[in-house]
Amino acid sequence: MSAESTGAAPRAQQLGLIACEACGLILQAADDECPGYCPRCDEPLRRRKRDSLRRSWAFLIAAAMLYIPANLLPIMRTQQLLERYDSTILSGVALLWHNGAYDLAIIVFVASIMVPVLKILSLAILLITTQRGSQQHARERTRLYRIVDYIGHWSMLDVFVVVLLVTLVHFGALAQVQPLPGVIAFGAVVVLTMMASMSFDPRLIWDASAARSDPEPQSCATRP
Amino acid sequence: MAAANLVICKYCDSVYQRTPLGRREIARCAQCGAELYHYRQIDVDTMLALTVASLFAFVIANIFPIAMLEAQGRSSEANLWQAIIASFRSGAAPIGALAATTVFFFPLLQLCLFAYVLLPLRLAQVPSGFNWVMHALRQMQPWAMVEVFMLGVLVAVVKLGDVATVTPLAGTWGFALLTLLLTLLNSYDLRELWDRASALNA
Repeated sequence: MSAESTGAAPRAQQLGLIACEACGLILQAADDECPGYCPRCDEPLRRRKRDSLRRSWAFLIAAAMLYIPANLLPIMRTQQLLERYDSTILSGVALLWHNGAYDLAIIVFVASIMVPVLKILSLAILLITTQRGSQQHARERTRLYRIVDYIGHWSMLDVFVVVLLVTLVHFGALAQVQPLPGVIAFGAVVVLTMMASMSFDPRLIWDASAARSDPEPQSCATRP
Repeated sequence: MAAANLVICKYCDSVYQRTPLGRREIARCAQCGAELYHYRQIDVDTMLALTVASLFAFVIANIFPIAMLEAQGRSSEANLWQAIIASFRSGAAPIGALAATTVFFFPLLQLCLFAYVLLPLRLAQVPSGFNWVMHALRQMQPWAMVEVFMLGVLVAVVKLGDVATVTPLAGTWGFALLTLLLTLLNSYDLRELWDRASALNA
């Protein structure tokens, strides 16, 4: 059900309204350049997230770079008597599939391989189109952002699996599982993509051609 | 000046007049399709009950072993903290710290802080430090990952299934229950608590 279905709704910026991002209080901003602090919860009021595009790019580029070692380096070593087997994320999925656990192979494949790639690509698309001031498919782009934001933390799955295997498979010389550097890189990718999507402000998508770059930071008076 | 009866879409900045919703109804933004607000399914009493139940589930999930592994006549079992300590010892300290934060500290802190604000609110009082607690709750929310860990337990159990006998233990059921309860708790819109507190302060 739509709250209002006829015509385009007015935008807060045009009406001089501002919503506190912490407590949701809606205020008539007295000074549009420097809205000050929320009277209810003391959070600094902002029309848009601070340095949204710049920060989001920074996190995203860091995530994309770490994505390479995260997938190429082995994430864990399984040692059984004299056999030693290092597995990467992809080989872990292949092993699950090979053993007939198709459902889990698909879950791990989606959570660990598809989601991070799609997330990095989607955020790059969102950032580029927003920077270019694109006005096309704004609704779809906003939905893409919501999806990216929602599924982000599920990629942590493989990290937790390694943590569990390391403790459970602990039979001294008989069998052991050790974490390898790949898993640290992978964990970092997940955290960085989450931070990239949190830094992105989807309202910039709707700010038409105005938002080709982050608004310059205002030098406002500090808290009274 | 505050405008009480409005709602602003946080995804596209469109402004709407709030209208009361019927059961299970969701108000969506006509512009971008995002949810604006939904019918309040759970009230403060239910929230408080869910918080207490979650704390019990949290204790079960953390003190009992998650699973037992048997192979070649030997067995091993582990709970969450043993897993975290093992990651530290085997040279993956960042991963251990990540698991400790997202599966133990943040969920526990979330539950304690929820109890801390809900109990006084239920008695029509605003606890001291309310603002600080609410900010902390909001900022922690995306980083609490019990549900992902739960799925990780399932994947680990199945992965080991063909090399050893794996028995899920009480810890697994604790995490399953905790996942369910936290999902319900997190569906609550924290802004409602702000509104409630400011109504009490007025």
